[in-house]
Amino acid sequence: MFATEALTSGWFLENAWLIPLIPTVAFFVILGFGKRMPQGGSEVGIASMMASLVLAAGATYQWIQRVQSVEGGSEGALGAIRGFAGSALPSAAETGHSAAYVEPVIRHWTWWQSGGIEFTLGQHIDGLAIMVLLVVTFISLLVQVYSTEYVKGDRRYTHFFAALTLFSAGMLIMVLAESMVQFILGWEIMGLTSFLLIGHWWEDGANSRAALKAFFTVRVGDMGLLVGTAIIYFGASQWAQARGSNGFSIQAISGWALSEGADSKVLMWGAVALFIACIGKSGQFPLHTWLPDAMAGPTPVSSLLHSSTMVVAGVYLVARLYPVFFVGLDILDTGVNLVAVIGGITIIIAAALAFVQNDIKKVLAYSTVSQLGYMMMGLGVGAWTPAVFHIFTHAFFKCCLFLAAGSISHSGSHHSFDMKKDMGGLRKFMPITFATWMVSTFALCGVPFFSGFFSKDEIIDNANHNGYTVFFYVGLIGAAMTAAYMTRATYLTFFGQPRGAAAGEHHDAHDPAHAHGEEHALDEIEEHEHVAEPVLVGAAVAATQGDDGHGHGGGHDDHGHGDDGHDAHAGPHESPWRITVPLMILGTLAVFSGYLNAPAVGTEYFTEWVEPAGVVVGAEHDESGAATHTDTEEPEAFASGVFGRATPLLAAEDGEATHSGGEGCGFEGPTEGVCYAPALSHAEFKWINTVPSILLVAFGALTSLWLCLGIFGDRKNPFKGLTQRNRLAGAGHRFLVNKYYLDDLYEKVIVHSVAHPIAKAAYWVNQNIIDGVVNGAGRSTKRTGEWVYRNIDQRVVDGAVNASGLVASETGHALQPVQSGKVNQYGALLFGAAAVGAIVLVLLNV
Amino acid sequence: MYAVNFLLLSAALFCIGVFGVIARRNAVMVLMSIELILNSVNLNLVAFALMNNDVDGHIFALFVIAVAAAEVGVGLAMVLMIYRNRRSIALDELSEMKG
Repeated sequence: MFATEALTSGWFLENAWLIPLIPTVAFFVILGFGKRMPQGGSEVGIASMMASLVLAAGATYQWIQRVQSVEGGSEGALGAIRGFAGSALPSAAETGHSAAYVEPVIRHWTWWQSGGIEFTLGQHIDGLAIMVLLVVTFISLLVQVYSTEYVKGDRRYTHFFAALTLFSAGMLIMVLAESMVQFILGWEIMGLTSFLLIGHWWEDGANSRAALKAFFTVRVGDMGLLVGTAIIYFGASQWAQARGSNGFSIQAISGWALSEGADSKVLMWGAVALFIACIGKSGQFPLHTWLPDAMAGPTPVSSLLHSSTMVVAGVYLVARLYPVFFVGLDILDTGVNLVAVIGGITIIIAAALAFVQNDIKKVLAYSTVSQLGYMMMGLGVGAWTPAVFHIFTHAFFKCCLFLAAGSISHSGSHHSFDMKKDMGGLRKFMPITFATWMVSTFALCGVPFFSGFFSKDEIIDNANHNGYTVFFYVGLIGAAMTAAYMTRATYLTFFGQPRGAAAGEHHDAHDPAHAHGEEHALDEIEEHEHVAEPVLVGAAVAATQGDDGHGHGGGHDDHGHGDDGHDAHAGPHESPWRITVPLMILGTLAVFSGYLNAPAVGTEYFTEWVEPAGVVVGAEHDESGAATHTDTEEPEAFASGVFGRATPLLAAEDGEATHSGGEGCGFEGPTEGVCYAPALSHAEFKWINTVPSILLVAFGALTSLWLCLGIFGDRKNPFKGLTQRNRLAGAGHRFLVNKYYLDDLYEKVIVHSVAHPIAKAAYWVNQNIIDGVVNGAGRSTKRTGEWVYRNIDQRVVDGAVNASGLVASETGHALQPVQSGKVNQYGALLFGAAAVGAIVLVLLNV
Repeated sequence: MYAVNFLLLSAALFCIGVFGVIARRNAVMVLMSIELILNSVNLNLVAFALMNNDVDGHIFALFVIAVAAAEVGVGLAMVLMIYRNRRSIALDELSEMKG
């Protein structure tokens, strides 16, 4: 399809489209036949994820080979250039990564056609896609293995796995997307399945409300995706069609956004609209409110949703269409832009909210929101690679943290997620969970030599490097807050005195009291979600059954029943291997995944393999440009295009904070050739630059520890009970507990003010106009009908029918005597008729 | 030799046959009358075939004879069954087909 002479490809790269296809097929198989399978369909899900993981790993390997083949021989660099082997090509050896643009592996098939526009499905495999594919398949596999234990015996076990598999498939479809249409397809599949999974235990109203909230909040953003796609389509269409592509192609959009002819207004509005979609999907301020409520779903779902799929989708969209945002929002050109601002706000407000949560999963949820803020901010300040790298590392340690939280509730705190009531001192009982939690917490906080350090500090460092001083400080403060709230959560969960269920107390005692407590309603359900009856009834049943409690004795067997076996020795203990093994794998990765791109130890593999180089590519040769190309233009195009323009990138690299905009690939489009990625510069890693963040993290952790010991422990501390004593502190606390009143704003103010007048007006219209029209139409129809009945139906139609019947009947009566039953008579008639016929024949022939 | 001789003979046979079919009560006689009719037709066919020097008529007559034999077989079987059931083969008593 395109010039691959110099670039290696391979079966896995060419057939990467199989990666989402396998789980999609598996979804239907599980749905159709899962219930009849010995493992209830989970084996199909796990097998499909395993197959996808193998394919993704193969594709990763071949992609790395492809990147290296570009760097390797000089004729390989800029694989598109044929006949120019051996020329001096741009090489960024001193910066440690290649400056050559590695062409993505693009294939597509027409899905449907309309008005001359082809809507295609296909694959767009580049470093970013490969990375996310690998992470998604890997995490999904571990989560599914974990789920076989966690939701064991659930009444909708099969459907759970079906939805989980489709969820991963949706993410994979989106990641592979070659066109925006496919992107939207995957995006929406995820929206739908997240609804299914969050509301998995829908018997309780709170769960289905949370699912609806997640769905609708994200839908608000999704409007932006449709609008943005349309804007970008009309903007890019002409440019793309001239190059044999169309305005939905992601490749074409990227090229168009960085081309000279791109209208900056169109780009800006397109970028803003698309970013609204990202705000919704990635839980950015102010649409982050759905994410903590999404905790109503089973823990494996939260884990998958918050680590590698769904919430990463928004970040992925920005990273995928980075040229649109780069040019549209003037990233690097101005001191402030929408993406960075929203990201920065999200970091701080979500981290602040994490301090007042009692629910361990909600702490993690706000932490996710905050970390997504880092990713967005990173993209907003031009730190593309660190932000994408943060997706990578965050996926592992956040998944690990969630699974650890699930493990705690599964085996440690008797299905409670309340840190203050049911946890504490668990480190002795659950050593593996504790160890993996600690490792991931260190990674999340950005403790040096853990993975989060290398990604998060790079974002902060690059914000400074690119001149975004404000966001540099925002990042630092966020890092300190992260360390502080994670210290609090860790202290409450694993240290101190065991409380509630963690101390082995029976759990049912406080069930009815808390089942409908406003804040924890969603999570208390975790204990009862499985019961078909409403919570209170379930609790009552449990109470009447005495100590059997969660057994529920009866015939239906669902979540929680898995614990029947070890309910006997009530009290915290370590989880079974299907929970701990994924934890250990993820814990290990939480430490080591950072070393893929750790400048501190001199590795830059991630930059090399994932980042698309911002250099001009000979337009006439790449895949989308084949249409307009004639061979004779080649030499000039390259002389002025590639060689003349790729060098400024290097200048930007070694100069200190020189913005690359305006040179190479940036705001001024190239006159010849095409850019597919903006040229970005990287901050050079220096230990001295990490000192502030390390100090702040240490400060945050120590302060928090001191406060925790004082407030939750036994030590004397002046801050103990501060929120009760000091009115200001109390107000602040209440403000945070109420989540900045954003939910109230949305539900009471916006929905109320918008919906009520509209509802009233709609009711009036309904009563007076629509009903009038309907009634009038009904009445006139009735009259017409009656007239028709009287005149046409009764007289004409019935008359005709009766008349024909009468005629037939009379004829029959008249002919009845002929049917005497006598054979002789019949014979006589026969011969008589034959004779008459013969006579007629004779007469006629004479 | 005139064709009219044959035609007159066959017409006579035909009329006797028709009379037999209509007037006889005995089912066997009716069957025999039907044979007469068929044979009159055969006679016609053979006569015209001779006149026109054409072999088709002969062959057709042979077919008619074969079919007639089969028909009489079926007819006699029916008569036999009727006789077994009703102890009579008088056709005017068989009026179950009356409309």
